[in-house]
Amino acid sequence: MSRLGYLFGEGFRGIFKHGFMSFASVTIIIACLIIMGTISLLCVNIDTLIDDLEDQNEIVAFIDEDMGEIQAAALEQEIVGTDNVASAEFVSREEAMDNFMGNYDAALMEGVDATVFRHRYVIQLDDIAEMAKTKQELETIPGIAKVNAHLDYADSFIKIRNIITVVSFVLIGVLVFVSFFIMSNTIKLATYSRREEIAIMKMVGASNSFIRLPFVIEGLILGLLGSLLAFVIMWGLYNALSSRIISSFSVSFLHIVPFSSVREFVLAGFLAVGILVGAFGGVNAIRNYLKV
Amino acid sequence: MVEMRNVRKIYDSSNTVALDGIDFSVEDGEFVFLVGSSGSGKSTIIKLITGEIRPTSGKIIVNDYDMAKIRRGKLPKMRRTLGVIFQDFRLIDNMTVYDNVAFAMRVVGARNRDIRKRVPYVLDLVGLDGRERRLPNELSGGEQQRVAIARALVNNPRMIVADEPTGNLDPVRSLELMLLFEKINDMGTTVLVVTHEKELVNAFSKRVVAIDGGQVISDGMDGYFAYE
Repeated sequence: MSRLGYLFGEGFRGIFKHGFMSFASVTIIIACLIIMGTISLLCVNIDTLIDDLEDQNEIVAFIDEDMGEIQAAALEQEIVGTDNVASAEFVSREEAMDNFMGNYDAALMEGVDATVFRHRYVIQLDDIAEMAKTKQELETIPGIAKVNAHLDYADSFIKIRNIITVVSFVLIGVLVFVSFFIMSNTIKLATYSRREEIAIMKMVGASNSFIRLPFVIEGLILGLLGSLLAFVIMWGLYNALSSRIISSFSVSFLHIVPFSSVREFVLAGFLAVGILVGAFGGVNAIRNYLKV
Repeated sequence: MVEMRNVRKIYDSSNTVALDGIDFSVEDGEFVFLVGSSGSGKSTIIKLITGEIRPTSGKIIVNDYDMAKIRRGKLPKMRRTLGVIFQDFRLIDNMTVYDNVAFAMRVVGARNRDIRKRVPYVLDLVGLDGRERRLPNELSGGEQQRVAIARALVNNPRMIVADEPTGNLDPVRSLELMLLFEKINDMGTTVLVVTHEKELVNAFSKRVVAIDGGQVISDGMDGYFAYE
C-alpha cells in the first residue's frame, strides 16, 4: 500500500512541480480533442444528412400498360422479395394522376384521363450503392415495363460519404499523433529536470516499471483531466452552435443530431484518446532514461 | 564478492581498448583500494561492476551475478546488493538529508515502518545525527558525502563501491571518510574504493590493486608503491 501510495504521490507531485508544463499539456489535449470532436460530429451530421437524403432517393417501377390494377397490386410480394428492397408502395394510375395534378396547374390536365399514367411502385432501398443491380433485377420481373432510378445521385452520395470518411480518419490520425507527440515532449521536459533522480533510482536498484509508473500516472491524470474538460467544452460549443444554425436557417431538411444522442460516444472517445495519449506519452518520455 | 577473469573492454564508438585482460578478485569482507592514473581503466571497472556496460570478453561475477550474461530485467536486483558512492555525491537538492536516504529504500519498495526505523540508524552510523531536516546545500562537502554513504548503506548491501569518494574533499575530511569506510568494513561489508590519492592510500594498511593501460600491474599490501 505504501508503495502504491508513493507512486501515486509522485505522479501528482510531478503535475504540480511542473505546473506550467502540466497546464500546457492539458491545453494541448483539450485543443486536439475539440478539433477531433468537431470533425467527428461534423461527420456524424453529414452521415445523418446523407441517410435522410438516401431515404428520399426512391426508385419507381412502372407496370405494363395492359395490366389491370388487381394484377399490378399482386406484384408487391415479388418486388418486396427482391434483394436490397426496403419497402415498396403501390400507386395506382389514378393516384399517380392526382399526385401529378397536385404539383401542377389543374388546367393543363383538362381532357386527360388516368389511362395515360401507369400503375407503379415507389420503392425504397436498403443500400443505394446497390441501386444499379437492384434496378436490373426489378426489370426482370414479368409485368414491370420500366424502372426509373437516379443512379448519378446515388453515386454522388456514396462518393461524398467516402471522401468525408477518409478525410476525417486521416485528420483524426494526425491529431492523435500530434497530441501524443506534444504530451510526450512535455513529460520529457519534466523527466529531464529529474534525470539525476532517475539515475539514482537506477543505481540503488529500482526496477524500470517502478521508475516509469509515476510518469505514466502523471500522463494519465493529465490526459484524463484534458479529456473531461474537452468534453464539457465540446458539449457547450455544440449546443450553442447547433441552436444558432437552426435559428439562422429556416430550412427544414437540415436535421442536426442532438448532443444527447452522441454524448456517451463523445465521452468514451475523448476519454480513450486522452488516457492513451497521456499514458503512452509518459512511457515514451522516459524510455531513453531507462536504458542504463 | 567480485571476480574478474581476463576481462577486455573495447568501446565500439572510439575503438579504444579500455581494459586489456584484467584479472583480480575481491572476496567477501575485504577492503580493497583500486588505484591508477586518469585513463587507466578504473572507471570502466566500476561501470562493469555496476552493470552500466558489458565486457567485450572475459568473465565478471559480482555478488553471484554473471555480469557478462545478466539479463536487463535482473539488473535492479543485482544493484540492490551494491552501494555505490560517487565523487560528486549525487544527492537530490530539493530533498532533505532524511528524504535523500529514505528515497533509496522507497524506490526498492521498502515499507514505511522499516524506513522510519532504518534511516535514523544509518544517519547516526555515518555521524549525521541531528542533520535530518537539512537540505544538501546547507551541509559541508564531507557531510554531503556522508549522506551519500548513508544512502549507499541503507539497503544493507553486500558491497560498497566508492568511485573517487574524496575527490572533492580536503585531506582531513578525506581521512575521516576513509575511517568511516574502515568502520563499515569492520561491520562485515566488503569495500572497494577507487582513488588516485597516494597519501590517503598509504595511511591505511590495506590491499591495493593498481591499474595501468587497462591491465593490473600490481596487487598486494604495497600495491600503490609498486605502481609508482
